[in-house]
Amino acid sequence: MHVPDGFIDAPVSAAAGVVAAGAVAVGLRGARRELDQRTAPLAGLVAAFIFAVQMLNFPVAAGTSGHLLGGALAAILVGPYTGVLCIAVVLLMQGILFADGGLTALGVNITVMGVVTTVVAYLLFRGLTRVLPRTRRSTTAAAFVAALVSVPAAALAFTLIYAIGGTTDVPLGKVLTAMVGVHVLIGIGEAAITALTVGAVIAVRPDLVHGARGTGAPLKLRIDGELVDAPAATPSPAPVAARSTRTVWAAGLAAALVLAGFVSFYASANPDGLEKVAADQGIDEKAQEHGAADSPLADYGVRNITDARLSGGLAGVIGVGATVVVGSGVFWAVRSRRTSEGSDARTTTGSV
Amino acid sequence: MSLPTAPAPSLEVSGLAYAYPDGHQALFGVDLTVARGERVALLGPNGAGKTTLVLHLNGILDAGAGTVRVAGLPVEKKNLAEIRRRVGIVFQDPDDQLFMPTVREDVAFGPAAAGLRGPELERRVTTALERVGMAEYAARPPHHLSFGQRRRVAVATVLAMEPEILVLDEPSSNLDPASRRELADILRSLDVTVLMVTHDLPYALELCPRAVVLSDGVIAADDRTQDLLCDEALMREHRLELPFGFDPRSVSVPRP
Amino acid sequence: MGAGHAHRLYRHGTTPVHALPPHCKLAAVLCFVVAVVSTPREAVWAFALYAALLAGVAAVARISPGFLLKRLVIEVPFVAFALLMPFVVPGEQTELLGLSVSVPGLWGAWNVLAKGTLGVAASVLLASTTELRSLLLGLQRLRLPPLLVQIASFMIRYGDVIGDELRRMSIARRSRGFEARGVRHWGVLAKTAGALFIRSYERGERVHLAMVSRGYTGTMPVIDEVTATRTQWAHAAALPVLALVVCLLGWTV
Repeated sequence: MHVPDGFIDAPVSAAAGVVAAGAVAVGLRGARRELDQRTAPLAGLVAAFIFAVQMLNFPVAAGTSGHLLGGALAAILVGPYTGVLCIAVVLLMQGILFADGGLTALGVNITVMGVVTTVVAYLLFRGLTRVLPRTRRSTTAAAFVAALVSVPAAALAFTLIYAIGGTTDVPLGKVLTAMVGVHVLIGIGEAAITALTVGAVIAVRPDLVHGARGTGAPLKLRIDGELVDAPAATPSPAPVAARSTRTVWAAGLAAALVLAGFVSFYASANPDGLEKVAADQGIDEKAQEHGAADSPLADYGVRNITDARLSGGLAGVIGVGATVVVGSGVFWAVRSRRTSEGSDARTTTGSV
Repeated sequence: MSLPTAPAPSLEVSGLAYAYPDGHQALFGVDLTVARGERVALLGPNGAGKTTLVLHLNGILDAGAGTVRVAGLPVEKKNLAEIRRRVGIVFQDPDDQLFMPTVREDVAFGPAAAGLRGPELERRVTTALERVGMAEYAARPPHHLSFGQRRRVAVATVLAMEPEILVLDEPSSNLDPASRRELADILRSLDVTVLMVTHDLPYALELCPRAVVLSDGVIAADDRTQDLLCDEALMREHRLELPFGFDPRSVSVPRP
Repeated sequence: MGAGHAHRLYRHGTTPVHALPPHCKLAAVLCFVVAVVSTPREAVWAFALYAALLAGVAAVARISPGFLLKRLVIEVPFVAFALLMPFVVPGEQTELLGLSVSVPGLWGAWNVLAKGTLGVAASVLLASTTELRSLLLGLQRLRLPPLLVQIASFMIRYGDVIGDELRRMSIARRSRGFEARGVRHWGVLAKTAGALFIRSYERGERVHLAMVSRGYTGTMPVIDEVTATRTQWAHAAALPVLALVVCLLGWTV
């Protein structure tokens, strides 16, 4: 859903604009690094593809239908940098040409639908493909999970922005439940379509799936009548390093899950007094802002005791996403710094 | 053939061999010389390496072995800008070629990339569009043109660079008979060297006095187009087939 | 979509609004919307003035109110959202048409609807008086990163081409008796999307080849540059400056 003008107040819109501009700048640099001078035509064509595929209607039942949002798909197919660029351009054009999404809310829209979706989806996808066995089926499964989490994660990001700069005092718990609840449903559709689409591409041109590079079968040589793996043309990281990287990813995911479980348990078991009062009495915005600044997750499980389990589960999903994002962000930052300094071996030891 | 010797030939390919990074070898030593002002058809079955050869002419693919020279200038990294100005390739799908928002900007792209600006650029664009009869469409987006018009604009985009040699990849594909004839008229009116990659044998006969057959990565035949098309054994050997009812002997082509 | 829709968005005309340079218009619309968004919602009259300003621009640009209203439909999802507000926002309750609604909720709904509608109307006016190509040039002039403008311009150029491919694939599907009716057909539709991606990506590679063949080395040559005179800027500034005055009055009155 494209946020219109006036939904988020001016300062927060501006701040989101700065965030979006920064993300686009990073995307531009990253895409140039990956695609070189092919960036403009390829990203342009992929943006056009996203634009077109958003028009493809997927019938759900009884005359209703949904369509793809495309953030996760773009991230998995062309990588996070190009993905962010494509979605940002699509949103920019939708805002200017079709008035779909306010001009002042462009920063919010790009941050929520462009940056959060692609980054969450890509990190989760990469994390999963490293942990899971290297088969096409697990690539599809990873695409499913990545897309599934990316949509409610965007809803969460929206709620966060709303908490800081929303112009109307809808209680945050309600916003979060409504947004995340609806978007979990949307996420399921998005996940199914994304996974099927990624699967369809992998079946024909596996080399085009950015997130699945390196999952292809190694080249074979025929030596003395037997097939032997060809030595890799480019020096790949030592197998030891690769294996331990996988362990790191697995450990990270496990930790994220445990943490998420803990967070959800906490969130559903300990109603925050202030928030409860706010919800009951409809207190002024100050209190709400305070509650929001504290933790949007904590707010969440509180809203209603009866659906504590459901809310806990949702918080769990979000928790995994958020933790994986933060964790792998740190991991990647460390790793890329190490890699640029020197050996692969140091990388792994450093990051464990 | 009458090969004028004074200026360097427009195109000189010798011993060109190329294998794709995946190991598949497409060219096995191609030798081809096209004199200035000639119109030559490059015929050959699918998979013969025609497109691979074309991509060598302006240095998009690097020769594995052998050399390509355009008007005497070797195709090398340091000459690429000049080579790409001299070799104008018209790709098969005009939608790939016309990537700018309007016809005028598309035609201006090449000369502008070469550093041309202002009135000189305008003059080039107008001249090129006039040569293909599309001057009044300058402000239109390419998407709103018919296929034949788009192909003509694609030719103009290349003409605007005042190339030494025009390389056309399947110029007659997807054209209705009228557009086909219009394009032929345009090509005949140009005084540039033309290398035309095609499956359309009558079109080759109509436009190109000379033809070469590329088969299995080498030039298998090089002769007058009419003689070549009349050589049934050769035609069969290289999977070249004339359209039903078409007899190349019955066509009178002006001798070069 | 892209151009296919866009040329229907654009209303050809020779009015002073059409004639303004695109970057002036873009800047004016952006500033106008910022002023609107910054206005306190209690200043109801201010929004009426904004609407009057836009109506004035529409009149000068000869954009019919019917066209403008039709294009406002894009807002509908948010109207639904806004209509929920009076019921979910806690606070002082009041009676409206026999329903109990909250006062802050009503204010919230009003706020979102008024500002959102004005924003949409301003964008629609911009898009209907400015050609697609000029909009891109305007963005370029406003110092949007050139690479981003290039991506946008490729997207616009090929939006139709790819949309057509999608339509052809859909026709081919239906010609073979396939009609997507439910979730169980998603696989087929996803294959379409996958095939479309491959086609788009491969076309991107071919386009790059065609660009390189004509001397592309990573930067687009500047072929057209839009310029604006001081007078044109002054004309374009009329809307946001008036809006700013209204906004300031809204805060003080």
